[in-house]
Formats: sequence, structure tokens, C-alpha cells
Amino acid sequence: MENHENIIEVRNLVKKFGSFIANDNLTFNVKRGEIFGFLGANGAGKTTAIKILSGLSFPTSGEVKVAGFDVYKEREKVKKNIGYMSQKFSLYEDLTVRENIRFYGGIYGLSNKYIKEKTESLLERLKMNDIQNSLISSLPLGWKQKIAFSVAIFHNPKIVFLDEPTGGVDPVTRRDFWEMIYETSDSGITVFVTTHYMDEAEYCDRVSIMDQGRIEGLDTPEELKKQFEAKNMDEVFIKIARKQ
Amino acid sequence: MRKIKFILQKEFIQVFRNKTMLPMIFGVPIIQLVVLVHAATLEMKSIDMYVVDKDLSSLSHKLINKFEGSPFYNISGVSFSIDEANETIEKNRADFVMHIPYGFERDLIRENVTQVQLLIDGINGTAASLINAYSISVISDFNRNIIVDLTKMPDIKDLNPIAVETSYWYNPELNYKTYMLPGILVILVTIISMFLAAMNIVREKEIGTIEQLNVTPIKKFEFIIGKLVPFLIIALFELAFGLVIGKVFFHIPIVGSLWLLFGFTTVYLLTVLGIGLFISTISSTQQQVMFISFFFMLVFILMSGIFTPTESMPVWAQKVNIINPFYYFMRVIRMILLKGSEFRDISHEFFSLLIYATIMLSLSVWRYRKVA
Amino acid sequence: MNRFFGFVKKEFHHIFRDYRTMLILFGMPISQILIFGYVVSNEITDVKIGIFDKSKDNVTQEITNKITSSGFFILHENLNSDKEIEKAFKKGVIREVIVFESDFAKKLERDGTAGIQIIADASDANTANIVSNYTKAIINSYVKNELFAKGLPYEIIPEVRMLYNNSLKGVYMFVPGTMALILMLVSAMMTSISIAREKEMGTMEVLLVSPLRPLPIVIGKVIPYMVLSFINAVVIIALSYFIFDMPIRGNIIFLLLETLLFIFMALSLGILISTASNSQLVAMFISMFALMLPTMLLSGFIFPIENMPKILQWLSTIMPARYFIIIVKNIMIKGSGIGVIWKETLIIAGMTVFFLVMSIKNFKVRLE
Repeated sequence: MENHENIIEVRNLVKKFGSFIANDNLTFNVKRGEIFGFLGANGAGKTTAIKILSGLSFPTSGEVKVAGFDVYKEREKVKKNIGYMSQKFSLYEDLTVRENIRFYGGIYGLSNKYIKEKTESLLERLKMNDIQNSLISSLPLGWKQKIAFSVAIFHNPKIVFLDEPTGGVDPVTRRDFWEMIYETSDSGITVFVTTHYMDEAEYCDRVSIMDQGRIEGLDTPEELKKQFEAKNMDEVFIKIARKQ
Repeated sequence: MRKIKFILQKEFIQVFRNKTMLPMIFGVPIIQLVVLVHAATLEMKSIDMYVVDKDLSSLSHKLINKFEGSPFYNISGVSFSIDEANETIEKNRADFVMHIPYGFERDLIRENVTQVQLLIDGINGTAASLINAYSISVISDFNRNIIVDLTKMPDIKDLNPIAVETSYWYNPELNYKTYMLPGILVILVTIISMFLAAMNIVREKEIGTIEQLNVTPIKKFEFIIGKLVPFLIIALFELAFGLVIGKVFFHIPIVGSLWLLFGFTTVYLLTVLGIGLFISTISSTQQQVMFISFFFMLVFILMSGIFTPTESMPVWAQKVNIINPFYYFMRVIRMILLKGSEFRDISHEFFSLLIYATIMLSLSVWRYRKVA
Repeated sequence: MNRFFGFVKKEFHHIFRDYRTMLILFGMPISQILIFGYVVSNEITDVKIGIFDKSKDNVTQEITNKITSSGFFILHENLNSDKEIEKAFKKGVIREVIVFESDFAKKLERDGTAGIQIIADASDANTANIVSNYTKAIINSYVKNELFAKGLPYEIIPEVRMLYNNSLKGVYMFVPGTMALILMLVSAMMTSISIAREKEMGTMEVLLVSPLRPLPIVIGKVIPYMVLSFINAVVIIALSYFIFDMPIRGNIIFLLLETLLFIFMALSLGILISTASNSQLVAMFISMFALMLPTMLLSGFIFPIENMPKILQWLSTIMPARYFIIIVKNIMIKGSGIGVIWKETLIIAGMTVFFLVMSIKNFKVRLE
């Protein structure tokens, strides 16, 4: 029963900027513990939706519940239960790896002891013990992204939102990154990830595909391929885009 | 509350790690203080005069000697031609011309009255009126000596029935540095704290890190306090540093209570930082912040009374000064440092700023949106 | 070339879209001129004073009336003891206390002399100086008019004429000064910050790898600020001419050309600052400290340069604003031509070249 509980519930979500409709009547659920892929071309409305879900932006209308809390009325409670890694780079370039982790841990109100212990194990796992006192600005992009992701889940949120986490990194790092996503998911954290790499869609439990503000398909990758009679997700995507 | 500690820590690390900012915050302003304090004087030290002596009498010589003997005057040329004299003025080689007309001595002896002409370059009104005042007093001094010589009057006093004695309290030598230093210090401390605070939030907006902060459950007031306190501390430190420099190098008196001064400064800084943070929350780029703060800063500095007395300003300007934080601080820092004013003397300014600070800080907490 | 115009257009767009910046850009010169024209002047009016009259006779009353009816002073309070003087000063309202000695009129008649003490609050030394001198002048004129009504024997009368500026209007000084200050700020500060911004955001690299060459990029960023500065200069000149009756005796085209030269100088200084700073904050602090206060204080704009210590006079020779102020004053007020101010013009041109060469050097080092 618990496995099927919805951790995100979205009903008729609409977001307008003036006359431009960024999100047009979105309705979907995300189940606890799954890896939910949020796909779409650039400008399809992914980032807008993710900002609403993480409490950074208000919807124009519709019902949105995240971790059981209403994003209108209980935004701060929502924020306690989520992690977020933005498309823009979110670590402080002029702080070291360790200082960044400590800072965000502190902001979430974690105890010093917890921060210290978790930082050690984190650095161990990322194999970044040697560079823990290097400035972020001196690290390659892939490493920064891994640290940013670790920081986003440092306080053990129920859900983590990843907005195009693998944009601009090399294939090896992308693979490592997906390893981290699986580990995170195994530890019980729901992962909500946007991407426009269609191969990455195959790694998700379920996928929704957005086009021009609307959700045009939502199911497991297998079902979507069947539904659109396609060999792979790439084809699914192209078929959806061509439909317009 | 613990969360605030983490923000403070982070801000301090960032400030002290930036190798180009550190000298900007602590070095440059102090150099400015030391240098610029010397610049702000209205005391005339060297007045370039050009003499046209058409009389060539012993009296005209005496008059010229009188000017030559004064340390303030420097005779840059003598001739018979008014045209030449005018040219030196046009070319900025002299500040004024003294024209002694033909018959200067004769008229004085025969007709009891004579004239001398002063042609002053009036473009710089301030300097011109000072030159005017100085020169007239030299001439009337000369006049008095002449009267004593010619009438064999026993005593100059008879010409001066009302003896005016002037004393300058709190700064008997009229040392302008004593009062310019606190004024310039106010400007420097304000620029640093206000700009650092105003640029800070907007910088995080531009870089994108603010988004990451906004998805955390941090409270708005915690955020504002975390952003405020580091700059408050830096500014207080800056003030202390400036006062030490003032004391050691310029021997400015510190008559009043330093506790009172720093207490007042804290309230003042809260106001200024509140304004800075508010500007920061309503802007989206650092350039905007800079422009807006710069505009107000320039207007406020000029109206604050640092150079000219505020009560001589038109009524509307005095009304504007009610929202000019510089105005309050400029008054109070001089009052406490130089005159030893006490809390009851400055309570009006204190409470005005306290209200002001509360309004600005509430506005910035209210205006700060945890959205992206 | 088309690509270049496209780029310049984008830069213009960038600035003009932001209405707040535009508002301030044009509000700045107007408010500055109004403030200097109406608010900041060394003339004193309505200065509050206290009087401690130990004699309270008709002569002290007469002198008091002369002082309070002069327009310079307002009698704020009558004091009755030395202690009260100290207390009044600490409150910070009155700036001067005039003390008449006891039996003033009697002494004047009997001994031919009586004393007045002027105590000025010199915690503001400049104002104290002016205030006490005004007071003395009023007392002196009382002496001359009332006690020496028939005139002094052997009197030398100085006849004073103020050249170029009969009524000693402050406008002659602050218009050139404000022009220098605002052009410096808009051109140098804004340019340096906008280039530093591209660097900070990483977009400078994008521009540098684009087919545009570095020089057109920098020129493209600079042109909008040049246009804005120039408009600002024209606004200032127009305001001073129409509202404050500042004359333009020289050739206006010549004046505008000199203004353009100064703007070029400021822009190249801005570029130099931007090559030396890696973030907007640094660019701002450098411009602020290198430009604002020194331009205000060391250019002769507010305080005459001749009064400063030798070192500062020497330092002021590297302030570009100093030369520009001389140029503007000469053209507008004295109607001079290039014959009188060629030296200043040459200095500013030289500075421009120097700043440009330095920037190119810095820029190359960075790219290598």
C-alpha cells in the first residue's frame, strides 16, 4: 500500500506569464520512491513546472501537493521535505567543497555532529577527500555537478528535484551521475529529474513527455514505446513533437 | 537562530577570501581618509595677486609692501597696464588684480579720501569672496596705520571703540581637519556597508545561488539578519579604524563617549543596511543596484551638511533631509566626538533613526521573496 | 559591419529596456544641478545664534537688532550664564553666541571702548569662520555708521569688482564641476561595470570566441554610454543656461567637442578599470574610490586647489576632471578659444591615449 502512495499530486496545474501559457492544465502523480523523468524540448515548460513544485514560483491555478503539503499554503513545509538542484549552478565558487556542504547543511538546521559525520562519508563515497579544501571554482564541471547533487540530498529530503543535472557533462560523468541517482532512489528518496537526453529517459521508472506546455505522454518507457510504436524513446519523442 | 550563524560564517569567509575586495574594504578607504581630509579646506593659503601701480608713490609702495609681507599673498606680476593684468586673469595666472590709480597718494592727503580698485576673478565664488574679505581687511589694517601715522593719534583703540574678541570653541585653531575627518569617515563607512549589502543579495541572484537558498526552509528574517550582521561588523570595525587614524595622525579630539558613538552608529548602520538590502530586493542586476544607490548616495551626501550648513538650505531641502540618514549621522558624529554631547542631546536623532531602521528592515524582509 | 551594428543595437536595448536605470540616468544630472543651484552654497542664511547680554542697555539692543535683522541670523535663545552656553552648544542647534560685557553702553561712553565676545561652535570650522566674520562685519558697519557717522579721517576706499561673475553666483563653479562628475560616473563607472559584468557572467568568453573581434566588442559596449553621457552633458548645459543664466560666451560647438573628448577619456578609463577587475563589485569599488570622492574633492570643484597642501596640489594634476573644469569655465564664462586652453586639451587627450594603451596591454596579458 505504502509503495503506491503518491508523493506528488498535481491537478489541472496552469501557469501563465502574461498571455503566454507555460504550463497548460498539467495533471499527474509521482509515486513514492520512483525515478520520475520529466522530458521535453527546451522551452517546453519543464523548468517552470519544477519551480512550482519546489515552491519557488506560484501556479496561476490548479492543485499541487508535494510530500502531502499544499504549495500555496504550506510552502515552507514543502521546502523542508525537498531537495533541489537547479539548472543554474548553485554552489558558491569561492567556498571550498567542505564549506559548501557545511553551509547548506547548516541552513537546513542539521546538527554539527550530523554534518560532520555525513560530510566524511560523503567525501569518502565521492572519492573527493583530497580536494575537500579546494575551491569549487577550481573543479571541473562534472565534479561540481556531483557535489551539487550531494548537497541537494544532504538533509535527506523525501523528494529531490533535479533540473537538467547532466547538461554539458561528458558521457562518463553522466553515467556516474545516474549511478548516484539510483543509489539515492534505493535509499528511499523519490527522484524527479528533467532532461532532454532521450537515452536517459530509459533509466527512469516512469516518464512524462511535455510539449508546448502540455503533457503528451505519461507511462513507463516500455509502455510509451508500445503506445507510439517506436523502437526507442528518441522516436517516441519525435513522434510527439511531429504530431503538432 | 543557529541557521543565521551559518550564513554569517559563509559571508565572512567570502569577504576575507576575496583578495581584491579586502584592500578595497580596508585599505583604500583609509588612504582616502588620510589624503582627502587635507583637501577640504576653505582656508586661503596662497593668493596670487597682480599689481597695477599707476601712482608709483611712497604710499602705493607701502601698500604693496603690506601685501608682500603677508604670508597669504604672492605677487605674480607688476605692470602699468590694465590690459596685461586682465590677460593674466584670463589665463588663470592670477586670482585678482590690485589697481592703484594715478593720484592715489595725492587724493588721500588733499581730499582725505582715496580709492584702490580690486578686480577679482569671480568664477569661483567661494574663493572670490574669501579673497575679497582677506584683502579688504589687509587694506583697512593699512588704512588704520596710515591714520595713526598722519594724525599722530596715540592709540589705535580709538578707531576701534567696540573691541570684538572671537573665540572658537571645540576647535580653537579652526583646524578644518578636525571636522572634515568625521564627515569623510561617515561617507566611507556608509559607502562600504551600503554597497556591500546591496550588491550581495543581487549578486547571488545573478549567479543563481539564491535559488538554492530559496528552496531551503530558511526564514526570511533569518536570511536578512544573516546578510546584515557581517556588514554591520565590518562597518563598525572600519569606523574604529578610521577613528584610530584620526587620533594618531590628525589628533582629532574624542571628547564624548565612544560607547554612545558606537551605539548610535549601530542604529545608523541598521538604517543604511536596511536601505541597501531593500534596494537589493527590488533589483535584479548589480548594475541597477549600483545606479540606484549611487544616485541617492550622491544626493544625500551633498545635502547632509558635510560641506555647508543645513539650516541655510531652502525649506524643501530641509524636509528632504528628514529621510537623509547622512544628515543625522553627520551631525551626531561631530557632536559626540568634538563637543562631547550626551544621549539627551542626540536623543531626537537617535529615535528618528531607530524608527527609520525599523521601517527599512521590515520593508526588506517583506519585499524579499523566496521565489526565483 | 552589419554584425557590429546588431551588437550595438543589442547593447542599447539592454540599457533602455531598464526603465529604472534610465530614470536615474536622466534624473541624475537634473537633480545634481538643482541641488547645487539651490541647496549647496557657502552663503549662510537663518543660522541660529544665542545672545548672552550682560548689560541689556540700548546700545546692546541696537547691535542685537542689527544682527538679527541682517537675514543671516536667527536669535534662537537668550542665555543668562556661561554654563548655559556650553549646554546650548552641546544640543547642536545654535552655532554662535554673542556675549556683551556688563555696563556696555556706560563703558563705551566713559572709556570710549567696550567689549563684545563672539563664541563660535568650531566643530564645524568652515561655518564657524564664516559666521563669525559675518558677525564682525555687522558690528563694524554699526561702528562706522553710528559712531563714526562723519567718516574716518584719511580713508582708503577699496572698490571691488568681481570679474566674470558680478554677483558671485555659485553656478559658475558647480556647472563645470557637476558635468565632470556626472560624465566621469556615467562613462567610466558604467562602462567598467558593464564589461566586468560580462566577465562575471562568463558571457565575455562567448563574445570573444564569436566572429566579432575584441575591439568591436569593446567599442560596441561603450557606444551606448557615450551617447548617454553626451545627452547628459547637453542637458546640464541647457539647464544651466536656461534656469541659472549661465552664459555661453565661447563657441558652443567647441564646447561640445571638448566634452566629447572628456567622455572619450572617461570611457577609456572605464575600460582600463574593467581590465583590472574580475567582478562588478570590484569594478564598482575601484570606480567609486578612484573617481567619486577624488573628483569631488581634488578637482577644485568644491574646494579651491590653491588652498591644499603641496602634495595634494600635485596629486590633483592627475585628476582629469581638474582640466575639464578649467576648459568648461574658460569656454563658457570667459569665452576663450583653443589658444588659451590648448594645454588642458592636450593633457586630456594624452590621458585618453595612455588609458587606451594600458587597457590594450592588460587585455593582451589576459588573453595569453
